[in-house]
Amino acid sequence: MRTSLLIAAIFIAASGAGRAETPRDFLTRFEKEAGTAASAERGARFFTARHGGEWSCASCHTERPTQAGRHAKTDKPISALAPSANGERFTDAAKVDKWFRRNCNDTMNRACTAQEKADVIAWLLSFK
Amino acid sequence: MENAVKTHLTLAALLATLTLPALADRLPVPNHPLYREECGSCHLAYPPQLLDAHSWLQVMNGLDKHFGSDASLDEKRRAAIADFLGRNAGGRKTGVTADAKGQPLLRISDTAYFQRKHREVDASVWKRPAIKSPANCAACHVNAAAGDYSERSIRIPK
Repeated sequence: MRTSLLIAAIFIAASGAGRAETPRDFLTRFEKEAGTAASAERGARFFTARHGGEWSCASCHTERPTQAGRHAKTDKPISALAPSANGERFTDAAKVDKWFRRNCNDTMNRACTAQEKADVIAWLLSFK
Repeated sequence: MENAVKTHLTLAALLATLTLPALADRLPVPNHPLYREECGSCHLAYPPQLLDAHSWLQVMNGLDKHFGSDASLDEKRRAAIADFLGRNAGGRKTGVTADAKGQPLLRISDTAYFQRKHREVDASVWKRPAIKSPANCAACHVNAAAGDYSERSIRIPK
């Protein structure tokens, strides 16, 4: 009995870690963390504005996230960010956390708040 | 008869000199999915041969401030990539990649090898909108992703 419970627990933990998430899951997660509903409109403004640094999000991702962008410095193509145009976006928690960490530092010189992340995802999800 | 041998030898030598530069300009990147994924998402997955092991170690110890960008990684991935780069670093072509004071160079484009190879490229060429910077190998080396930096694969955008 104990062994089977243990096996079940391991199985659940393993499947949880490898489970693919959806963009909506991330929206929900960041809204919950922020304690407030996301705003796509606020996300659009946030995405296209500069925040004291040299780059905005749009510097690399463009103002139309359904199209591919280019790295502002190296010119390397960057695939589209809007989930409707690129099914791989916002499906892996490690990647989502890594890129928010890096890119918020590059554009704002600080971590983004949960509300900022929720707003951006809400805006990206508004593209059909 | 002797003349024929001589001609053959000369031809062989000529062929060797003609083909050698092309061989020397091959910089294949050993297959390493993590390196390609992590480093290759912002720039070409540069050939590890272009920096020596000291330079790569320093690059990999400063990813949070990587040429003006935060390229930080979790420690497991960082260590795995640092190990890969260390094992495939440097070599015959590039030699030691350090400045005059012996400090490891961090930019491939600062190395003597890179500068010698690009000495005919005018400063204004690097700044063309389709090139942007020396970091953008593939702008001119159209087969750079396959490790081909040969003369015949160069197309410099106007």
